[in-house]
Amino acid sequence: MKYLDEYRDARIARALAAEIRRRSNRPWVLMEICGGQTHTLMRYGIDELLGDSVDLVHGPGCPVCVTPLEIIDRAIHLARRPDVTLVSYGDMLRVPGSDADLFHVKAEGGDVRIVYSPTDAINLARTLPDRKVVFFAIGFETTAPAHAMAVLQAERLGLKNFSLLVSHVLVPPAIRTLLASPKNRVQGFIAPGHVCTVVGCRDYEDLVHEFHVPIVVGGFEPVDLLEAIRMLVIQLEEGRAELENQYVRSVQYEGNRPAQAAVARVFESADRKWRGIGSIPESGLFLKPSYAAFDAERVFELDDICAQEPAECISAEVLLGHKKPTDCTAFGTRCTPEKPLGAPMVSSEGACAAYYQYKRHLVAL
Amino acid sequence: MCLAIPGKVAHIEEKDGIRTGRIQFGGITRLACLDFVPEAKEGDYVMVHVGFAISVVDHVEAERTYALLESMGVLADELEANGAAPAES
Amino acid sequence: MPPIINTNATSSPSESANGDGPKDLKAFSCSVPLPARDRILLGHGSGGKLSADLLQEVFLPALGNPVLDRLEDQAVVAVNGVRLAVTTDSFVVKPLFFRGGDIGSLAVHGTINDLAMGGAAPLWLSAAFILEEGLPMETLKRVVASMHQAAAKAGIQIITGDTKVVEKGSADGLFVNTTGIGSVRDGVSLSASQAQPGDAIIVSGYLGDHGIAILAEREGLEFETQVNSDTAALHTLVASLLDATHEIHCLRDPTRGGLSSTLNEIAASSRVGMELKETAIPVREEVRGACEMLGLDPLYVANEGKLVAIVSSTAAQEALRALQSHPLGKDAAIIGRVTAEHAPMVVMRTPLGTSRIVDMLAGDQLPRIC
Repeated sequence: MKYLDEYRDARIARALAAEIRRRSNRPWVLMEICGGQTHTLMRYGIDELLGDSVDLVHGPGCPVCVTPLEIIDRAIHLARRPDVTLVSYGDMLRVPGSDADLFHVKAEGGDVRIVYSPTDAINLARTLPDRKVVFFAIGFETTAPAHAMAVLQAERLGLKNFSLLVSHVLVPPAIRTLLASPKNRVQGFIAPGHVCTVVGCRDYEDLVHEFHVPIVVGGFEPVDLLEAIRMLVIQLEEGRAELENQYVRSVQYEGNRPAQAAVARVFESADRKWRGIGSIPESGLFLKPSYAAFDAERVFELDDICAQEPAECISAEVLLGHKKPTDCTAFGTRCTPEKPLGAPMVSSEGACAAYYQYKRHLVAL
Repeated sequence: MCLAIPGKVAHIEEKDGIRTGRIQFGGITRLACLDFVPEAKEGDYVMVHVGFAISVVDHVEAERTYALLESMGVLADELEANGAAPAES
Repeated sequence: MPPIINTNATSSPSESANGDGPKDLKAFSCSVPLPARDRILLGHGSGGKLSADLLQEVFLPALGNPVLDRLEDQAVVAVNGVRLAVTTDSFVVKPLFFRGGDIGSLAVHGTINDLAMGGAAPLWLSAAFILEEGLPMETLKRVVASMHQAAAKAGIQIITGDTKVVEKGSADGLFVNTTGIGSVRDGVSLSASQAQPGDAIIVSGYLGDHGIAILAEREGLEFETQVNSDTAALHTLVASLLDATHEIHCLRDPTRGGLSSTLNEIAASSRVGMELKETAIPVREEVRGACEMLGLDPLYVANEGKLVAIVSSTAAQEALRALQSHPLGKDAAIIGRVTAEHAPMVVMRTPLGTSRIVDMLAGDQLPRIC
């Protein structure tokens, strides 16, 4: 597959890894934000290729992991209503809420359906006029334009039975929180390439200037990530802190204007709770009041469903890169993908699940 | 997050008032909304995320940067062949 | 590389790899409550870990006996010195009709294949139907015609059956169960517990075709594809293989849960490790495209016309040739080796030369956006 296979070329990947090992004089601590990038690093064993030349830590780039408990509970509450068809991406179905997950609700008789695209949810709403179709709209900035278009399409079609349960988070505020923490160990970032495809690079350039830390916008294939790591290591070795773009085939500095316009029309930003981390200012997207008719929280009056966030737990430490999944005393024993204790073990993009799935043969359990 | 993959725009049509492309991903075809990439033409490659194209692949930039990577790979091979330490076991 | 640590609960916190390890074990446990496990979930039918748990926690304790406990795809029993294989399988696929097949042909092929994996030539099938009230008669006729065609092509007969009708809303249209009886070839003993270090791991062709053909028609995930389900009766392929060599240790068909579940089951049963080579695993371009789009791994996608053979290393080339000479095995490939290391894990050598685990999934593999 073009623009995919070339970036999995083993010879180039090994050459890049050798170059990184050659140029690196200390184990620079680097973080990739995006769960998709974590997945690639684990799946291709990139940490093995790099040895001690870098110390890779994994950031909170998993919208599934960071969706607050109460939003999951609200989704579960909606799915249990006999008049609601809850439509979701596959990622969310196994995430534990306070007492169940959406798979359980399906088992109990709830109408829960998986789709690939919000367009499929719109089509369902059109073909099921007697059902209240609620689309569980989770994601980072990458997915917001698609969700905005779904709302605009629903408005254009005059759909009265369609709404979104929104759980959108923004990446730069999370990085800011991370960098501002006294426990921060991260010295360089790989910025999420598909987020930047949509929003552009300006926010990340601001972070570079504010914190004097190098950031490289990276793609998702092994060659992309190794190239991005190489660029970061060279910057660090040379004492520079700049924004660079590795993912030039998809990312432009300005990002995607029409996509940004759609988001700006439909969503606004506000403070948001991140599961396991707490509230981060201006880090969430919410539907504007003018689109209240498509906001499931307002349509179904879900305000009084709150959840007790669990006491301080290692999820936060892992999500912020302070600890690795293997530092958790429950990792692989009391907490496994079949019996997850926390969100990073449930989502296949969560750091704990990735470690468990791909790497635990290297850890004595 | 953000699973987006490159696909070739085989055909552009209008569906329900939305500019829609038939996108080929290695032998399968799926429709995707092209409203965010008004400049996309048939034959272009686009990055598709949840059924929406979010960018047109910049083939000029891709070729330029890939040529550099390729030469790095070729050089590493030559060094290896000439008895230098292997790139990786 | 992640530090080697001992996560035994009695270990002292200061033994954790980082110097600033947790001072108090309790403070670093996630206190998100465990979900209750009091109901059957879809995942229990997926062929992965939940399915295995169900066997261990419910069925074996209640029903266990020496034959059942072996947990092979078929049970081999002796009647007056003649070895018979018996197997049963239920088919609940949705949609009922798909590219390359339907629930009827699936039901015939699936049971024939379970017999064949035990080295048995299929003799007879039974067929039991659970029909939903309101199912169109035409639909039933199509399915039954397909079953007849599949059975006739395989040279066997459906000799007994049953029909039940349930109320509307209970059965997704139509469920079929087929039970099969076959005669086991003399001198053949195949089992998931017989894999030996050094054995070759061979697959008979392209992986993932069936699962992708089904997904392509699933509401909400639809896409256009030329991929057909690979559903096929494998007994003649198995016969060719057994004719060629006596050193086949195990045969399995990687259906629900995909190749990964099958290999993990064999590894656990034989108490061995396995090492696979990613570049050797045959996957069609279209299947790859679909998996890339949906975020799926072909190793976990169902197959209905493929087998995995665990063969002694000395017989590997012969076995491969025998498979490749048969129309259903022309794309067969050696994809790895059984090892004594890291039992019972199945490890994949990536194209970059690094390694990762190929794990069994808990439940069904789900499409993802992340």
